[in-house]
Amino acid sequence: MNQGNSVKKGDTIFFGNPPSIIESASAVGKKEGEGPLGKKFDIVCKDGTLGEKSWEKAEAMLQENCLDFLFKKAKINPEQIDFIFSGDLQNQCTASSFTARKLPIQHIGLYGACSTMAQGLALSACFTASGLANISLAVTSSHFCTAERQFRTPLDYGGQRPPTAQWTVTGCGSALVSATGNGPYIKAVTFGRVKDYKITDISNMGAAMAPAAASTLLHYLKDTGNSVDDFDCIYTGDLGKIGTNLFKKILLLEGVKLEKHKDCGLLIYDIDTQKVDCGGSGCGCSASVLSGYILPKLETKKQKRILFMSTGALMSPTTTLQKESIPCIAHLVEISSDK
Amino acid sequence: MRLSAQQYDKMTKKASPPSKLFKNCIWAFFVGGAICLLGEGFSIFYLGLGFTLTDASALTSTSLVVLSAIFTATGYYHKLAVHAGAGTLVPITGFANAVVSPAIEFKSEGLIMGVGAKMFVIAGPVIVYGMLASVIWGVIWHFLRVFL
Repeated sequence: MNQGNSVKKGDTIFFGNPPSIIESASAVGKKEGEGPLGKKFDIVCKDGTLGEKSWEKAEAMLQENCLDFLFKKAKINPEQIDFIFSGDLQNQCTASSFTARKLPIQHIGLYGACSTMAQGLALSACFTASGLANISLAVTSSHFCTAERQFRTPLDYGGQRPPTAQWTVTGCGSALVSATGNGPYIKAVTFGRVKDYKITDISNMGAAMAPAAASTLLHYLKDTGNSVDDFDCIYTGDLGKIGTNLFKKILLLEGVKLEKHKDCGLLIYDIDTQKVDCGGSGCGCSASVLSGYILPKLETKKQKRILFMSTGALMSPTTTLQKESIPCIAHLVEISSDK
Repeated sequence: MRLSAQQYDKMTKKASPPSKLFKNCIWAFFVGGAICLLGEGFSIFYLGLGFTLTDASALTSTSLVVLSAIFTATGYYHKLAVHAGAGTLVPITGFANAVVSPAIEFKSEGLIMGVGAKMFVIAGPVIVYGMLASVIWGVIWHFLRVFL
């Protein structure tokens, strides 16, 4: 590998000069604040409306609050940032563009469903490592109420959730990626391929996404020659209880025994007491856990080398009604505390 | 990956727990039964006030619908339904909840295209196919009546 240049081998992009995550911030809702990671998040909102008249605006406000906090924490003027990569689950990603319309930053809107944080972080790294940007920003949010009304039923509708369901996280995570800095460093990224194993049940997202996660991880391992034991932890986005179980089983079929693994959807809630069935989901899940929990571990060197992999289910309410199966994707980011 | 879709389908079915049928049935039986008991109470009350059976029945339905709307708007209906399932869905209160909840939810999109258009988003199919079924039965009854 040429020092300073980025190289693509297989599906994985290696950065000769790894970009640094210089700061991150997270904002979550009340339920997430009451979860096991409650104290780790920068902002915990007491009220899901955030003082807004619609849930859509509330989510945009959540992003805005998260970014305001980030800019203050990083002591950075938004004008210094070259690109913002942002996404959410709302139709046409409006939470992200509503937030971006107030910012003096070139905006690249993303839709990767729940994989958006890894997608945005990976793209930020590619742009900074290649010299196209000095500083870029990745931000992702989801809101329980916007997701419920868009993908499922009205909030006050009396329905029963199947035991395979997951709970959409109200949360936002953001990270600033710079060409220079003291780490943690993004060493490599693997953009996923869309996988569809013919799951049609939208109440079993973890099962739908597990093969995509396994596929991306296997590509990464093949391209790098690394083993899963080389990492302090491999974090997946929101596979939940069933998805995690299936993810490990698929890997085992491929001869990979995964032990040091955590799923953000299982970290953010206490699934025994918080009535979330199989755990958290939504693109704010992995985003807020990354910013509030994972990156601080790397900053303080409690963990030195990790893989962060968000998974997304790429269906829409329309395709679901048309009985289409759920295509899924996973993007992977290798983060290390040392260069 | 060597995994096939058929193989994965088997793995998924094995890994996904089924709904707790027994527990759900018990909840549905008692909560649904309680709602009907309440209806019975209303009926006796209205009959006691001197209404005819037809009027008392109509008033009973109306009372249950009003109560359901109040509990939906205050957020309690949904909380009970999480446990009660079919117990809160099947009685007339479930139908009221299916109309009131989108009406509240889509208020942010305005009175016409929000509340007006979305109010029957869940209950609409019930009305359409309910009416269709009654028309079909009406035709059948029309011909059956000759022989009765």
